[in-house]
Amino acid sequence: MKRLDLETTEYGQGPTSDVPNRGSFEVDRRAFLKVLGGGLLICVTDIPAWVQESGRFFGGHELPKNVSAWLHIAADSQVKVFTGKVEVGQNIRTSLAQQVAEELRVPFDSITMVMGDTDLVPWDMGTFGSRTTPTMAPVLRAMAVAARESLMEMAAKRWRVDAAQLTARNGRITDKKGSRSLTYGQLTRGKDIVKVVTGHPALTPAKEWKIAGTPVPKADGRDFVTGKHKFPSDILRPAMLFGAVLRPDGFNATLDSIDTSAAGKLAGVKVVRDRDFVGTVAPDAYTAQQAVKAIHAKWSVPAQPSNKDLFEYLKSNPVSGRNEGPQHVAGSVAQAVSTADVKLEERYTVQFIAHAPLEPRAAVAEWDGDKLTVWTGTQRPFGVRDELMQAFHLPPAQVRVIQPDMGSGYGGKHTGEAAVEAARLAKAAGRPVKVEWARREEMTWAYFRPAGLIEIKAGARRDGTLVAWEHHNYNSGPAAIGTPYEVANQLIQFHPTKSPLRQGSYRGLAATANHFARESHMDAMAHAAKMDPLDFRLKNLTDARLRAVFERSADRFGWGRVQSTPERGFGIAGGTDKGGYIATCAEVEIDPATKNVRIRRVVQAWESGAIVNPDGLRNQVMGAMVQAIGGALFERILFANGRILNPLFAEYRLPRFKDTPQVEVILIDRKDLPSAGAGETGIVGLAPAVGNAIFAATGVRLCNMPMAPQEAIPGVKQGPLRS
Amino acid sequence: MLEAINGGRARLPAEFGMSEFVLNVNGARLHVNAPADESLLSVLRNRLNLTGTKYGCGEGECGACTVLADGQAIRSCQVPASEAASAKIVTIEGLEADGMLSPVQQAFLDEGALQCGYCTSGMIMNATSLLNSKHRPTHDEIAEAMNGNVCRCGTYPRILAAIRRAAGEPDDGGSR
Repeated sequence: MKRLDLETTEYGQGPTSDVPNRGSFEVDRRAFLKVLGGGLLICVTDIPAWVQESGRFFGGHELPKNVSAWLHIAADSQVKVFTGKVEVGQNIRTSLAQQVAEELRVPFDSITMVMGDTDLVPWDMGTFGSRTTPTMAPVLRAMAVAARESLMEMAAKRWRVDAAQLTARNGRITDKKGSRSLTYGQLTRGKDIVKVVTGHPALTPAKEWKIAGTPVPKADGRDFVTGKHKFPSDILRPAMLFGAVLRPDGFNATLDSIDTSAAGKLAGVKVVRDRDFVGTVAPDAYTAQQAVKAIHAKWSVPAQPSNKDLFEYLKSNPVSGRNEGPQHVAGSVAQAVSTADVKLEERYTVQFIAHAPLEPRAAVAEWDGDKLTVWTGTQRPFGVRDELMQAFHLPPAQVRVIQPDMGSGYGGKHTGEAAVEAARLAKAAGRPVKVEWARREEMTWAYFRPAGLIEIKAGARRDGTLVAWEHHNYNSGPAAIGTPYEVANQLIQFHPTKSPLRQGSYRGLAATANHFARESHMDAMAHAAKMDPLDFRLKNLTDARLRAVFERSADRFGWGRVQSTPERGFGIAGGTDKGGYIATCAEVEIDPATKNVRIRRVVQAWESGAIVNPDGLRNQVMGAMVQAIGGALFERILFANGRILNPLFAEYRLPRFKDTPQVEVILIDRKDLPSAGAGETGIVGLAPAVGNAIFAATGVRLCNMPMAPQEAIPGVKQGPLRS
Repeated sequence: MLEAINGGRARLPAEFGMSEFVLNVNGARLHVNAPADESLLSVLRNRLNLTGTKYGCGEGECGACTVLADGQAIRSCQVPASEAASAKIVTIEGLEADGMLSPVQQAFLDEGALQCGYCTSGMIMNATSLLNSKHRPTHDEIAEAMNGNVCRCGTYPRILAAIRRAAGEPDDGGSR
């Protein structure tokens, strides 16, 4: 393998929390069966080897040793599958159920996925890094195969025949002649049966799939179009109060003085103070918020960096030993560059951007004696449980976190701030309390996608053969930092630095920045070598999967058929990360008078192994591309002296209908390859494809994301285009 | 309103005038006792337990809180509930009739025009308003009318296809 195989989720565990390993989460299986009412309970205890391999992904956190998932078949043949993964819009509630239904040979509708409830589901690190499909799905499939085999053995025993004579289909076991048939529920007879999966059951090959691999509509879709679905912020509890929290004037602020007397006089209001944590509770949300406004607090906010100093700050504040990606060295870049015919050196930057999930952080906390239950939106229910355990000094059994399918996260909801706040207020109030963050709070007190500085130096021969590639990434991360192209001499390194803002995971994370820099630079090299950008890439590329997406995307787009003009440019870019392969072709339109750039058309080809749900996959790949428009053209967080200067949607522009181009997504189904996750990497192709299209039209190389903000960003030389 | 948590002037208890009024929501007359300037969104969600309408920004910038007032889309976060007392309010909970989804709801399902689904209520309400006033909007007219509604998951092409479907436009292949 030429490509670097680096850790791709350097911020996977969340920006601040230090999660202890509780790999030996125990469950009382008998008690569990009592709750479920008898039936067949299957547990996976022996983690299959191919899943274990990926354990390194957990960055030192081993997968739980004894139980990683379980599945229950009740007397009425209904199947419940329990997993710590959560549904945040990426459609795994549907795609996981499809795969279980496939292996179990039951109708899709008979499956209920129980997800993200720490009292009911096995421990899980969290839902991030595009890991559900490659790691959790095989575990669930293995469990379903084992369940099916157990049921066949039960039938064989009952009928005194060889299990090989029986078939499992549509939730029934039938003998060869079709004379005898029992449903799964009839076979279990509602008795308590516990089976433990060991070994390595044979999974159904993708080319034989009948339920997996098909466009099953989103589970519970009807509840989302009728408003019935309860998102975390929609949870209501009996006797619930509403809470609000006083925010400091800036980051790293200290409280100098506070007067809460006016707030405390409001009818029904209770002011809660614990050192610098100050909050209010009231019978209604409006009053709780008014009460916070009535608090007079004085804060000292220290001087802190701003956008203006950002990249100098990153360059001059190295951090060593923080999860550093391995340095990749091959041959001698310096020597190869010195003798190269074509050489280019460039500096690329990306700004901090916000996840801006449409549902801000929200939590409802309820104490029952010493037992705490919190409903909240998070990608890491067990991580939030850990935060609550630490905050209130509670053992695991006394904290339950429930994650209702939420208003998304994109990597931005790894932490449990609202959960801890609601629990503090609920404890003080003696009643359940809901805390819903306002947009301003979400855009200030959550965390951001890291900013980054990337320096690239490359060399090629006159015939377009790449000979040298040097790539340094400061702060944004090592995901997809390695080049997929064949280059004999390489020096590639991620440089962790201090960050002026709280930063963390993000959809695609550093893969977006590293692809933007690399694919922009590849385009610049192609032009310098006087070669077609696609030809230049293919000349230096042997990876058949990446070649395939480039070729399919270019073909559908009509690459090379029309020449770019100053008003209309065509660009191409591609790459791979987390098992997904992507190539993106973009057409941009530039208004010569206003210098406004608009993306007119995008063709994006995608391959991530065997397709589990083509409809869900298409939705993800398209959505990621649309989300990418913001970071490519206009999204940026403005900050100075510990304050976010644009924490409102009126000040932080998001991609909208009118920004959306005509989109074509091409899916390549590789039934011969394992399915990879697809929630993230669809985001990486758009920005460089658009930048390359702009270059093709104007001859101007835009090296800073966002590329066409309406107003100059301090510290960045403004380009000629607006969006 | 929700947005103004840490901004704006502190209000003294004396200014805290509660007012009593009746809202007509989804055909029901609901008695409300709330501060005169509390938003319709806050009243729907926090006093009437109608949580299908969502908070996204509190600024009228994202459209998640869209409801119908006399058939026209309004941003419920920008309207004091007390001022909505004269209107017939319809929320996402009020679109179904006899267990049948409205054409727009059905079209969103048919096109798979959602991912996390948090923007969906507001999208459906705004699209319903659009189709109330214009039977066959063009692609550009839909984009213009819907531009105030944000889907951070980026499902705009499918939402456009769903609205065209609800309008009875011939299937142009959509985006599926």
